[in-house]
Amino acid sequence: MKVTDKDVAYVADLANLELTEQERPRMLRDLNAILGYVDLLDELDTQDVAPMAQVSDRFGVDPNKAGSARFAYARRDDVPEGLRKSFTPETALGGAPESDGTFFEVPKVIEK
Amino acid sequence: MHLTTLTIDAAVSAVQNGSTSASAWAEQHYARIASEDAKIGAYLMLSKERALAQASRLDRAVAKGETLPPLGGVPVAIKDVMVTRGLRTTAGSKILENYIPPYDCTAVARMEAAGAVILGKLNCDEFAMGSSNENSAYWPVHNPRDLERVPGGSSGGSAAAVAAGLAVATLGSDTGGSIRQPASFCGVVGLMPTYGRVSRYGLVAFASSLDHIGPITKTVKDAAIVLRTIAGRDSMDSTSADLPVPDYVAELEKPVQGLRIGVAKEYLGEGLDREVRYAVEAAIQKLESLGCKIVEISLPHTKYAIPTYYIVATAEASSNLARFDGVRYGYRARDARTLSEMYRRTRDEGFGAEVKRRIMLGTYALSAGYYDAYYLKAQKVRTLIARDFEEAFSKVDAIVTPTCPTAAFKLGEKAENPLAMYLADIYTVTADLAGIPGISIPCGQTRENLPIGLQILGRHFDEATVLRVAHAYEQAVAPSA
Repeated sequence: MKVTDKDVAYVADLANLELTEQERPRMLRDLNAILGYVDLLDELDTQDVAPMAQVSDRFGVDPNKAGSARFAYARRDDVPEGLRKSFTPETALGGAPESDGTFFEVPKVIEK
Repeated sequence: MHLTTLTIDAAVSAVQNGSTSASAWAEQHYARIASEDAKIGAYLMLSKERALAQASRLDRAVAKGETLPPLGGVPVAIKDVMVTRGLRTTAGSKILENYIPPYDCTAVARMEAAGAVILGKLNCDEFAMGSSNENSAYWPVHNPRDLERVPGGSSGGSAAAVAAGLAVATLGSDTGGSIRQPASFCGVVGLMPTYGRVSRYGLVAFASSLDHIGPITKTVKDAAIVLRTIAGRDSMDSTSADLPVPDYVAELEKPVQGLRIGVAKEYLGEGLDREVRYAVEAAIQKLESLGCKIVEISLPHTKYAIPTYYIVATAEASSNLARFDGVRYGYRARDARTLSEMYRRTRDEGFGAEVKRRIMLGTYALSAGYYDAYYLKAQKVRTLIARDFEEAFSKVDAIVTPTCPTAAFKLGEKAENPLAMYLADIYTVTADLAGIPGISIPCGQTRENLPIGLQILGRHFDEATVLRVAHAYEQAVAPSA
């Protein structure tokens, strides 16, 4: 087994997920099954292969340019008001579970 | 005219010439939804007020003698992963059960600006994660062709609605096959455009290097009309390409004689259902009889596509879904004593099992000590898969494959085995990884009358050729032809 109970707890913590006791064994089983299949990739020697993070790394950029100049098409001038008028505080807070009309409200941040 | 066969042009011209009205089209579709959708489950929400306001605007325009825009009066519906101003948008998740977005997705806005009448929001797998629509937090969608079977996913509601005549056209999203696979299962047309062809502004993000918006329609021509409407640079999405949008409809009529069509042996091997193979082979012969040149090609890294996809997609998802934390919108767990307890319980109570599984897998793949072994490795293999296609497209103009290894499976059949569900995506994830466009069109059915899908893939930004080949095949096999 690649992933242990301890790993599941650690990763759940990183992901801000409170997995219940009932959820953990199933998660352990599924992650191991999937990662076992992912091992197929080890067949390939990728030492000299560049990683592909974006489709535009391979298409849509000017290959004769370097750095951010390659992605010049994605650049735009600043617009003082923004591209879209900013939301009013009322709109921005409209979907919040809790707010005081000016700020989002959350439970106590500092834990003892 | 029966709603199940109503196309965009027919719907627009009937409104334009006064034989019906946009309001009547909308009302007829709502009546059909009321009678049929209880057993299908395609719609999560109807937007009658917005639809009828738009329809009556269009009807007034016709009364004044104005010419309708290309989608004038056409009843459409939107996968519920695209935000709609003032209309609840759930992404199929409980965590967004009461989310009312303050803005419109660009693709939706462009549809409406072209005269489309938005009937409502469509069911889907939670955050577009799934291949059967069983991961919807609300209810599963049933395949209109056989109610015991899945419609495919994640755009299951989008495909089922079109197949059942509950909308003329719909928008779906495709990250690993989520437009093409349900189109295949429901016997309709589903087009995934090139990465960057259509703005994703307002699409609830799943995996940003793989997400696409595209149409599901009854005909290839309708897919071309919708693509022409939604494609093109959008300053709100810096990943949208600044390239001219061809007239995809005009391009359909160009001849296919002499086009080189690649057939890859890796897509016709082990795991492919026999009936699907026969249907696809017959379709290849049909294309040959239309004057296309069939060329055998190889895409040698195909078998690595599933593990590559499920690492890249889940890594990106784990990052994208971090925003759902109960602070600014959506569900919040009650009575948490601290902020971190609130985050953790909100996410545990708000997300379904598959979403949690993918967040966990992606977080694991990105975590210290595993990043190189999983995430970086998958990104490198992604390069190899993209190179396979570059190599192939130096020899051919399009590639033809099955869309899926099988026809629609039964509800519950794969629900307990996530890996089996993932493996069925083998023929669709490759195009997402490479960023190339692909379409699924119907190519016959099994003995059980289940639709079979033919997938046609093309070069980056060459949707015109993909659509042209699809259109030629569709016309050649049409009953009237």
